[in-house]
Amino acid sequence: MTPLLEVSGVSKSFGGLRALDNCSIAVAEGEIAGLIGPNGSGKTTLFNVITGYVRPDSGTVAFRGLPVPAASPAGVFRLGIGRTFQITRIFGRLSVMENMLVATQRHESWWRSVARSAASRAERGRAAELLEFVGLARFAGTPAGRLSYGQRKLLELAYVLVADPAVVLLDEPAGGVNPTLVNEIAERVRELNRAGKTFLIVEHNMELVMSLCHRVTVMHQGAAIVSGPPEAVRADPRVLDAYLGGEDDELVGAGGDARG
Amino acid sequence: MTDVAALAEPRDLEQVRARRSALVKGARGAFWAAFCALLLAFPVIFPNPTVTSIAVFTVIFMTAATAWNAFSGYSGYIALGHAAFFGTGAYTLAVISTDIHMAPGYGVFSLVPLGGLVAAAAAVPIGLIALRTRRHTFVVLTIAIFFIFQLLATNLSFTGGSSGEATPAPAWSAGGYNDRFYYAGLVCLAVAVAVTLLIRRSRFGLQLLAIRDDEDRAAGLGVAVTRVKLVAFVASAFSVGMVGALYAYFLGQIYPQFAFDPLFDLSVALMAFLGGLGTVSGPLLGALLLEPLQQYFTLQFSASDLYLVVYGALFLAVILFMPRGVVPTVAGALAARRERRAERGRA
Repeated sequence: MTPLLEVSGVSKSFGGLRALDNCSIAVAEGEIAGLIGPNGSGKTTLFNVITGYVRPDSGTVAFRGLPVPAASPAGVFRLGIGRTFQITRIFGRLSVMENMLVATQRHESWWRSVARSAASRAERGRAAELLEFVGLARFAGTPAGRLSYGQRKLLELAYVLVADPAVVLLDEPAGGVNPTLVNEIAERVRELNRAGKTFLIVEHNMELVMSLCHRVTVMHQGAAIVSGPPEAVRADPRVLDAYLGGEDDELVGAGGDARG
Repeated sequence: MTDVAALAEPRDLEQVRARRSALVKGARGAFWAAFCALLLAFPVIFPNPTVTSIAVFTVIFMTAATAWNAFSGYSGYIALGHAAFFGTGAYTLAVISTDIHMAPGYGVFSLVPLGGLVAAAAAVPIGLIALRTRRHTFVVLTIAIFFIFQLLATNLSFTGGSSGEATPAPAWSAGGYNDRFYYAGLVCLAVAVAVTLLIRRSRFGLQLLAIRDDEDRAAGLGVAVTRVKLVAFVASAFSVGMVGALYAYFLGQIYPQFAFDPLFDLSVALMAFLGGLGTVSGPLLGALLLEPLQQYFTLQFSASDLYLVVYGALFLAVILFMPRGVVPTVAGALAARRERRAERGRA
C-alpha cells in the first residue's frame, strides 16, 4: 500500500550547513508517526520542506502517491497537509473564532470572497464544535493574543483541523506546556486518530512520544537513521549514539554500521 | 485545564454586556445617520465659498485616507507611494479632457471613475513588484515608484512637462461652484467607505487581517496571500485615483510636483494613524481634523509650509501618546468603563 505521505531522498543545505541529507521517511494512513532526534538534526527543516515553506535542493515529497509539486504553503495546505509550529503562530489581534475561520477552505474567486461574509452558519458551527473539542469554546470572542501559551497550542491545533486535513504535522505540541495540558493535547490527538486522522509528530518529550506514537523515526544529522515501533527504537543502540555521541561523526557512523 | 478557568465569566455578566452592547449599537447608528446628514447639508449650512473650498479638499482627503487605510490599515503594509495613483488619476482627467476638447461642465465628471480605473490598472504591475517585499523594504519601494511617476509626469511629452496641464474651466456661477465638486467628492467618499466596509465584513477582509498578523502562517492555512494583498492594493488605488481626477478638475490646472506630491502620502498616512489604523471611522476623523487645519494655515498665514511643522509635532504626539490612534484608544477606554460598570452592577 502506498504511504499517505512519503519523503524520498530529500537534501537541503543552508550555506555550508547540510540540514537534510538524503532523508527519507514514510507515514502510513491512520497512524501516529513520531519524529525524534537531537537538536539540529533537521526535524523542523523536514517539516518546512513537506509543507512548502522551504524548497529542497533535491528529492521529492509525495502525497497519496502523487508528487507534491514545488508548491506554496497555501497549495500544500489545500492538498490536505496541515501543520502547527514549534513556536505557536496565531493571529493575535483577531478573535479566537476569527482565527478558526481563516483556515476555512472554500473554492471561490476573490470577488466572491469580497462579496460574502466571513463565514457561513455551517462554517461557524464547525469552528465552534472544534473549539468545544479543544476546550476553548468560551474564548470564541477573546482576542487570541490574550490566550496563554498552552491555550495557543490548542487553538493552533483546532484551526488546522478546521480544514479537515488528511495528515497533521505537529511540531513539538508539548513544548513549554504544563503537564496537565500535555495530557489534554495527547488525548485530543488520540481521539482524532481513532476517528481516522493521521499524525506526524516532532517531540522532545520522550514519554509522550513513546506512549502516543505507533511508529517512531529517529533523525540524525539530516537523515532518518532508524524507524520502527517505539520499543524497538528505544532499544536500538544507534539511537543512543545519535543522542549521546553526536560530537564525533566518524565514530557514530562506524558504530552504526558495525552494529547494523 | 486549570489555566483555562482564569478567564471564565458568569452568565449574568454576559447578559448585562449584551444589553449594553445593544444600546451602544443604537447610539452608533444614530451618530452615523447624523454624520451623513451633516455631510449632505454642509454646503447649504455654510455657503461661504472659502468654507466650501476647504470642504472639497477635506472630502477629497477623507476619501484618500479611507482608501489608503483599506489597504495599509488592514494589511499592515505601509504604502507611502499612493500619490502615484492620485497623480495618475489627476493626469488621466487633465490629459483626456484636453486632448478630446471636452466641453467644460458636468460631462468632465464622467472622467473621474476613469481616473480611478487607470490608477487601478497602474497599481497591478506596481503591486506585483512591490508586494514581493515586506516592511521597510516595501515602504522604500513604494516611495521609489512614486518618484518614478513624478519624473515621468515631468518628462513625458503628453503630460505637458513642468508647465503642467489645464482642465476645462466650467462657467458655473461662483456661488455654487464648489458645491458640484463637493457632492462629486461625497460620491467618491461613499465608494471608498463602501469598499472598506465590504472588506471589513467579508471573508476577504479576514484573510487580509490574518496577513497583517502573520503572513506566513496565513499562507500555511491556504490563504492566497499574494492575490489578497494585490486585490486590496488595487482597490485602494482605484479610490485614490478617483479623487486625484476630481482634484485636477477642481484646481483647473495641475503640475507634476503638486499632482505627484510626496506630502500627499505623509498627510494621508498621518490622518489614518491619528484617527486609528485599521478602523472605518479613524481615517475619516483624521482627515476631518487635519485637512481643514492645513487649509486654514495656508489661508491664514499664506506661508503654505507652516502646517508641516504642526504635522511633524502631531506625528510625534500620536506615536508617543496614542500609538493606536484616537478611535481605538477612546473605544478601548469606553469599553473598559462599560466593563467596570457591568462588574459593579453585578456586585
